[in-house]
Amino acid sequence: MSLQLHNVKKSYREPDGNILPVLNVESFALDQGEQVVLVGESGGGKTTLLNAISGITTVDSGEVIVDGVDLTRLPEAGRDRFRAERIGIVFQTFNLLPAFSALENVLLGMTFAGRADRDFARTLLERVGLGKRLSHRPPQLSVGEQQRVAVARALANRPRLMLADEPTASVDLANQNTILSLIRETCSEHGVSLLMVTHSHDVADQFDRVEQLANFNKPEVHA
Amino acid sequence: MNLLTIAIKSIRQRLLASSLTGLSVALGVALMVAVLVINGVIGRMFSQSGSGYDLIIGPKGSDLQLVLSSIYRVSPPIENLPWRFYTQIRERRDIEHAIPIALGDTTEEGGFPIVGTIPQYFGVEYAHGRKFLVKGDFLQGTWDAVIGAEVARKNGWDVGSKFRMIHGGQDDHVHEEQFTVRGVLKRTGTPNDRSVFVHLDGFFQIDGHGKPLEEAINREADFFGVSPETVREWYGDDLAHAEEEEADGHDHDHAHDHEVLDAQKEVTSILVVMKTRNNNPLTRTTGSLMLKNELKEGFQAQGVNPIEVMRRLMDNLVGNVRLALLYLTGLIIAVSGIGIFVSIYNSMADRKREIAIMRALGARRQTVFSVILAESILLCLGGGLFGLLLGHGLVFAAAPLVEARSGLLIDPFAFEPIELVLFPVLIVLASLIGFLPGLTAYRTDVADALSN
Repeated sequence: MSLQLHNVKKSYREPDGNILPVLNVESFALDQGEQVVLVGESGGGKTTLLNAISGITTVDSGEVIVDGVDLTRLPEAGRDRFRAERIGIVFQTFNLLPAFSALENVLLGMTFAGRADRDFARTLLERVGLGKRLSHRPPQLSVGEQQRVAVARALANRPRLMLADEPTASVDLANQNTILSLIRETCSEHGVSLLMVTHSHDVADQFDRVEQLANFNKPEVHA
Repeated sequence: MNLLTIAIKSIRQRLLASSLTGLSVALGVALMVAVLVINGVIGRMFSQSGSGYDLIIGPKGSDLQLVLSSIYRVSPPIENLPWRFYTQIRERRDIEHAIPIALGDTTEEGGFPIVGTIPQYFGVEYAHGRKFLVKGDFLQGTWDAVIGAEVARKNGWDVGSKFRMIHGGQDDHVHEEQFTVRGVLKRTGTPNDRSVFVHLDGFFQIDGHGKPLEEAINREADFFGVSPETVREWYGDDLAHAEEEEADGHDHDHAHDHEVLDAQKEVTSILVVMKTRNNNPLTRTTGSLMLKNELKEGFQAQGVNPIEVMRRLMDNLVGNVRLALLYLTGLIIAVSGIGIFVSIYNSMADRKREIAIMRALGARRQTVFSVILAESILLCLGGGLFGLLLGHGLVFAAAPLVEARSGLLIDPFAFEPIELVLFPVLIVLASLIGFLPGLTAYRTDVADALSN
């Protein structure tokens, strides 16, 4: 199993003191190499779920097991290290650092995992079609190219799981399918499990396994 | 790629703001370097120049003026001492060297101070362990002169050059007598570099340098507290002969040797080196103290220790100015530091997302804290290094101007070891500056910053 969630609960305290439940997932699993798309409406807890799986956010209770490691038992530094080494993330807004070139953006993720491999970073960028744009900084790249850099960066540390948060939401229709194919193909090539969240049914239709977030996430106030 | 590269990239990302903040540090450091160098130069100047002598004996009056005129040649002499008094000092058994100097005139070209003295002047160390070195010869003949290195440079004089002098206080009166340069002193870093030394015998023989006999006798009588008749008795037949010559209207054909009666000779001050007894250097100090006290109780002369006087001046006046300048430049650096702090701290709001991205990619809290701290240190050190070069460039450029205006000799390549302390200080300052923004980075809520 690449990912297992058991009784994961998460809620936020609102400014007025009320508790706002966001996550209540009894069970969810993803096999190694499997590609799953989660469909849900805005505000449905999709991003919080991804943050919980990547260890960015802690959960109130339950188990978040990634590649056999229960992240809820790791201290923050351990979760950071784990995220750097085994989880790749593609954001909706790419989140590239503008001061760094395409190559350096890919190397940046490797640096935090303690294994900057310039050759592999270059290979990844060539794979996503940016072999001639290595030294270009994000503002010098098109939107589609920026998202390709983001995909290459997510794969930089040879992760076991890739989390993609609406990766096609910021690109035009022409680029949407290209990006989607690229993510799916590169994950397959590297044997990486993929969990993508989207609210687009067009995107969801391209996946064999489509999960409606509302079907397994039933937030409720808990103690 | 490492943390330093990430920090450099971040600085380059905000190039204008980073450059301006770095520049403010650079200006502060440049100013501090310039102050430190000048501070060191002044300190050495005032502590070394007179340190070869134990005592300066001159007429009663301001001890500071006596030192400034005799050693630094930046103040007019107080009055003069009779030659007879000098000979009495010279013959004391507790004195190793008693060197008379006569001041007041300047060179016609360049306006450098003339020092009439005896060859022995160059045999005494001008500073502890430092002896005069000369190209050519020291003073020998009556019309010989030795010039300082700066005089040679400025006036283009060398061995064999001839010059005339302007009488003290009368700019339009140029003495007819000419002196010939016999030697050029190697640079000493003291006021000797911009002085012209002429043989005292020649100095006395210059028309107008010997006092009229009657006036000289009265002046000497007044000095020693005796009657003019007593003074006449001291000089006996020599005086009668001189009075006859004066009555005949002796034609002072210039630049030739003729006798000047001792009663007509005066010196501005006497530079004294005491004898060392039993190889104990302290005996020089005690000897000079005893002589100083003795003079204090006596007639119209005083003895001053040049180092003591200059130290007092440094502590009371110059020292405070130096200290104020140091505080001021320290303050400028601190203000620059605050500028860096404000710059980095303000940028934190814009950089929360950047930090969150790094954290999402696996950077630990300590890592982003270190990146911010490294930025602060790089800005401070970069600014500091630039400031160091700028400061020395400033000293290099200003040295000739300062010398021309004040006579203060500054080595254009002067380096003060204390400057090395600037860098650890800057690192500490940068760490303090970077701490709070670093803490902001440390505490960044990743999920929140990414969702915004």
